[in-house]
Amino acid sequence: MIIEFTPDQQMIREEAQRFLREQSSSEATRRVVDAGASHDVGLWNSISHELGWCAMAIPEEFGGLGLGATEVAMLMELTGARLACVPFWSTVCLAAPLIEAAGSEDAKTRYLGAIAAGEIAATVAFGDLSVADPLAVTSVKAVKSAGGYVLTGKVAQVIDLAVADLVIVPAKLDNGAIALFTLERDAGQVIVPLKVLDGTRPIASLELAGVAVSAAQRVDAGGLTAAAAQSALAFANLGLAAEQLGAAQGALDVTLAYIAERVQFGRTIASFQAIKHRCAELVVGIAEARSLVFGAAASLGEADADESALEISGARVLASDLQFRAAEEAIQLHGGVGFTWEYDPHLYFKRAQASAALLGARDAHLDSIAASVFGDGGQK
Amino acid sequence: MSDLDTFRAEVREWMASHLTGKFAELKFRGGSGEGDALPELRKEWERELAAGRWTCPGWPREHGGRGLSVAEQVAFQEEYSRAGGPGRMGHIGEGLMGPTLIAFGTEEQKKRFLPGILNGTEFWCQGYSEPSAGSDFGNIKTRAKLDPVSGDWIVSGQKVWTSLAHLSDWIFVVARCEEGSVGRNGLIFLLMPLAQSGVEIHPIKQIGGGAEFNSVFFDDARANARDVVGQPGDGWKIAMALLGFERGISTLGQQMSFQQELDLIVEISKENGSDRSPAIRQRVAYAWTGLRAMRYLAMRVLSDDQSAETRREALTYKYQWSNWHRDLGRLAMDVLKMDANVVSHDPRRERLQQMFLFARADTIYGGTNEIQLNIIAEQGLGMPREPRGKL
Repeated sequence: MIIEFTPDQQMIREEAQRFLREQSSSEATRRVVDAGASHDVGLWNSISHELGWCAMAIPEEFGGLGLGATEVAMLMELTGARLACVPFWSTVCLAAPLIEAAGSEDAKTRYLGAIAAGEIAATVAFGDLSVADPLAVTSVKAVKSAGGYVLTGKVAQVIDLAVADLVIVPAKLDNGAIALFTLERDAGQVIVPLKVLDGTRPIASLELAGVAVSAAQRVDAGGLTAAAAQSALAFANLGLAAEQLGAAQGALDVTLAYIAERVQFGRTIASFQAIKHRCAELVVGIAEARSLVFGAAASLGEADADESALEISGARVLASDLQFRAAEEAIQLHGGVGFTWEYDPHLYFKRAQASAALLGARDAHLDSIAASVFGDGGQK
Repeated sequence: MSDLDTFRAEVREWMASHLTGKFAELKFRGGSGEGDALPELRKEWERELAAGRWTCPGWPREHGGRGLSVAEQVAFQEEYSRAGGPGRMGHIGEGLMGPTLIAFGTEEQKKRFLPGILNGTEFWCQGYSEPSAGSDFGNIKTRAKLDPVSGDWIVSGQKVWTSLAHLSDWIFVVARCEEGSVGRNGLIFLLMPLAQSGVEIHPIKQIGGGAEFNSVFFDDARANARDVVGQPGDGWKIAMALLGFERGISTLGQQMSFQQELDLIVEISKENGSDRSPAIRQRVAYAWTGLRAMRYLAMRVLSDDQSAETRREALTYKYQWSNWHRDLGRLAMDVLKMDANVVSHDPRRERLQQMFLFARADTIYGGTNEIQLNIIAEQGLGMPREPRGKL
């Protein structure tokens, strides 16, 4: 297997890069962050309606373009580089893959079609966003009623909830199994936006105080299987790793631009070897992470699913480490202005923390790789 | 089954039926840190490979190779290493000298030197580094003077870190042929037989006890007039082109051997209980991750993708694998615990101990870590170049 992008993929990438350079500036990100807004409305409209990015990986039979993980990873990488404030990851990498993997035919037709058409933003109310297997835990209960179910419970943190037109709620049935329910806007749920450290990716809490839903709102095709959960989470983690990689590249780009201008001792600080070497080490990290992200994307669906899951876990480990390092170096190499609100490094730094915590921190992913490499199913 | 699978099966089958009998002893030998192990048998193995037409399989057909595609060469390297194929005594000839002669040699040079490389009968070593020309390769002091009577070149000076010189027949030498020239100018690329009175070879005992490196002293040694590659003065150009022929295909074989080392570490840690340490488990998992990333990076580098990104990231490959390997050495010793301290003839432990020691060289030879980072910063990121000193 030789890893390279096809000419079509190259074209998608270059077009997206050009578009984001023009439309997704630092100023645009700051407007959202400073206002505590849910997203960049204009940018999201362009991405979802005009450019059709949400349709990329959705099968053609549901109105999508039927492309794959590689295209989505590319777009995630590029939006990550600009810290674009759009519900792209939650819609395309959380909600859509979950519906595709576990949804009934009706649910796929209805919701995947709407996502592909750019009509809705969607998210998933995982019970615990911090664990590697967030579909196994939920504090929401679903009790059968005459017309359907009644949902009760509270989810502490849901990504992009305030902007989402659709939220998928995993809830526990009487028999202990987990089922998936959909809630559209204003269906009785209480949404409280949280004041967050990383303002580029909003979080809100979700409260369901006995919300009645129809049987049709249960969208899983007879229960969530382990294989379906694994397939949905593979996409979520791969997309996140790609975004983290992109954010690292973005932090490095911002830094390179700054140090090429900043003069001390009669020379640009970019000419000091101490600084050159640290930038070069980031390129090494980027090369590693990019290779694993796109290698894993290329083999997703081709290779064995367990093997793919390990590669994606590895990609998360490398990308989480890298994103942090790049953001830390951005602050350090900017010197005094690096910890001001006015310059961009803090945005990358906060995003690094917020992303590293999602869907299993580094240690959890390393543990699952170790369980497989040692062939013992985990720590004895 | 794809053509590539069929090809892999053919290599596997050949290795299984030939790396046996007296050659069985060679399995997994002659690798990192023991390049001088079992030299006579390994030279015989080269001739065995040659009889099967498995030397130089990537060379064009008209020069005696199989003209394999990149994907096939990768498959060959992987299957060779997987089968435990020993470190290649003919590597310098096959991977560096041959391709250089094919590109820059005269017809007469090709006719005279390529068959010996193909047949596994003539072995080459590389005369680049000198005591004062390490990272600063342009600071070469070895001199080549033209003998006006014969047209031969008379060479004096010293090369160092010359791998396997004591087991080789020929050396290619970069020397200064223009009096008073400095840096990249005024260099010549010469082919010289080692068996002559003006050449002395002194092995250098290295960190693990073996001696695959040498100092090679030239005292009015002679290079025949017809054994100049390119023109006098072209030495730098030829020397750099030669390094470029190592496109990294053999690194896929190297990765297979890294995988074997990692497998050994896992196996031993399960036997001695190191696998119960959460820290060891995480480091093993991290090593697994780095190796997988390295594999995909190699596949990007070997592809036709010529994007600025891929070209920039290709520059990181050496830094990446060498540092990964060095860390693996530390991990291996931590897994062995007190057993790491005792010199052992258990082949598994010995292999890891040698790897631990020799991996320290990985981040030095072929461009040190520090030089690699300069290259990445300057060529990859376009950052300002290091100033030259005046000494």
